[in-house]
Amino acid sequence: MSDNKKNSYDQHRSRRKFLKGVAAGAGLIALPGKDASASMWEEFFQKHFKELNKDELKAVINRLEAKYSGEFDKKVTVKTTLPIEGVRYGYALDLSRCIGCRRCVYACVKENNQSRDPQIHWIRVMQLDKEKGVDLSRAEHYYNPEQVPAKGHFYMPVQCQQCEKPPCTKVCPVQATWKEKDGIVVVDYNWCIGCRYCMAACPYGARHFNWGKPGLPKAEMNPVTHYLGNRPRPRGVVEKCTFCVQRTREQPGRYPACEEICPVGARKFGNLLDPESEIRYLIEHKRVFILKEELNTQPKFFYFYAT
Amino acid sequence: MKISRFFSRKFPLSALVSVLILASVTVYAAEKTFEVPRPPFSEGIFPCSQCHKYFKPNPKRRVLTEYHTEIVLHHAEGERWCTDCHNLLNRDTLRLVSGDPVDFSESYRLCGQCHGDKYRDWKVGVHGKRTGYWNGEKQYLLCVHCHNPHDPKFKSLKPLPPPVRPDAARH
Repeated sequence: MSDNKKNSYDQHRSRRKFLKGVAAGAGLIALPGKDASASMWEEFFQKHFKELNKDELKAVINRLEAKYSGEFDKKVTVKTTLPIEGVRYGYALDLSRCIGCRRCVYACVKENNQSRDPQIHWIRVMQLDKEKGVDLSRAEHYYNPEQVPAKGHFYMPVQCQQCEKPPCTKVCPVQATWKEKDGIVVVDYNWCIGCRYCMAACPYGARHFNWGKPGLPKAEMNPVTHYLGNRPRPRGVVEKCTFCVQRTREQPGRYPACEEICPVGARKFGNLLDPESEIRYLIEHKRVFILKEELNTQPKFFYFYAT
Repeated sequence: MKISRFFSRKFPLSALVSVLILASVTVYAAEKTFEVPRPPFSEGIFPCSQCHKYFKPNPKRRVLTEYHTEIVLHHAEGERWCTDCHNLLNRDTLRLVSGDPVDFSESYRLCGQCHGDKYRDWKVGVHGKRTGYWNGEKQYLLCVHCHNPHDPKFKSLKPLPPPVRPDAARH
């Protein structure tokens, strides 16, 4: 009996030793080796985006621009445009107009440099029964008829709802994701550790994980990028819709790519703090609802019926 | 006492007058024009008068056999005929119910006679597509840029491919 015990103890100890060795070895492998470039070390020790001072930020941007330009054989810019004062972005989608053509899905992929293979889509269009209304248990997003809209159905695109109380940022153990002053929820891809807690917390399925190295063809890469938006992502980080931060924070501000492509004009975008904006008009005059209101996430993405 | 009596007698009339004046001002303001791209004419068809000046205006409702045969009216066709919207006396313009001519570039006023709710929404940018900048200049489109006026129901489209199923991606 006692012999057995001793044996198992020894075994246990030796296993622990073994694991320690493995851990140390793995740690060494993970560190950039002696033939690694200086930029790799810089990347490894880069501070959190919000803690970078002006010079450090400039160095980071220069490093990233050089890296991406080399990788994609074109001049890539990485912007760090700050939120515009007095702006809080809001989005609205007219469910009585959307025909489910998925033009928005692919315009978003193109604009925001999503991985083509493995495939990542920030917008998911759900087909729902007109008879049953917005019943998510009946949603079908793999629909593929010859022509849309299919009889008896309506369509509901879902993307990041840019919640005023985002559950995703709350659960991030390293604060790699946060809500900006203009209401956009962003991710620092250099800080994200890929734990995917945020994906579990998001009730809208709006966050997507790079399980593999993003497959982004050089020719299709959009070189106008933002640090917190559409710059190329590495493997192992989470990404999401940013209301096209690289476009909407410009002066004058462009519309998000999904808004611009919509062939039926179902998508509306603007400043919630501007009483003269379209978005304010429709919130005040139309039948509006927010998705999963009962969760108190307070989305700034509104669904409405113009008719 | 006198003053109050004065108001009770005189006020309704003066109020009515001022309301009428205000109403006419707002109606006038609502008729403001919107900058729009060129109407989507079929190639070489405009100005209409280039052909129509050779024809005598014929207000009789009939099936067209020589020209414009490609136009199939599918827009309240039971109640409508070409010259309800096209101006019989000046072919290069449209006409309102009142008989007033209206330019092709302002055709939204014509459509808005029946579709008042859509017109109201369009004016504030809720109905229809607007391009430009969310905090800068915006461009409007005419109703006819998206809707064929003779067959206005929005045509169905082929959807772009559905997302790859996760189980398919694994193979």
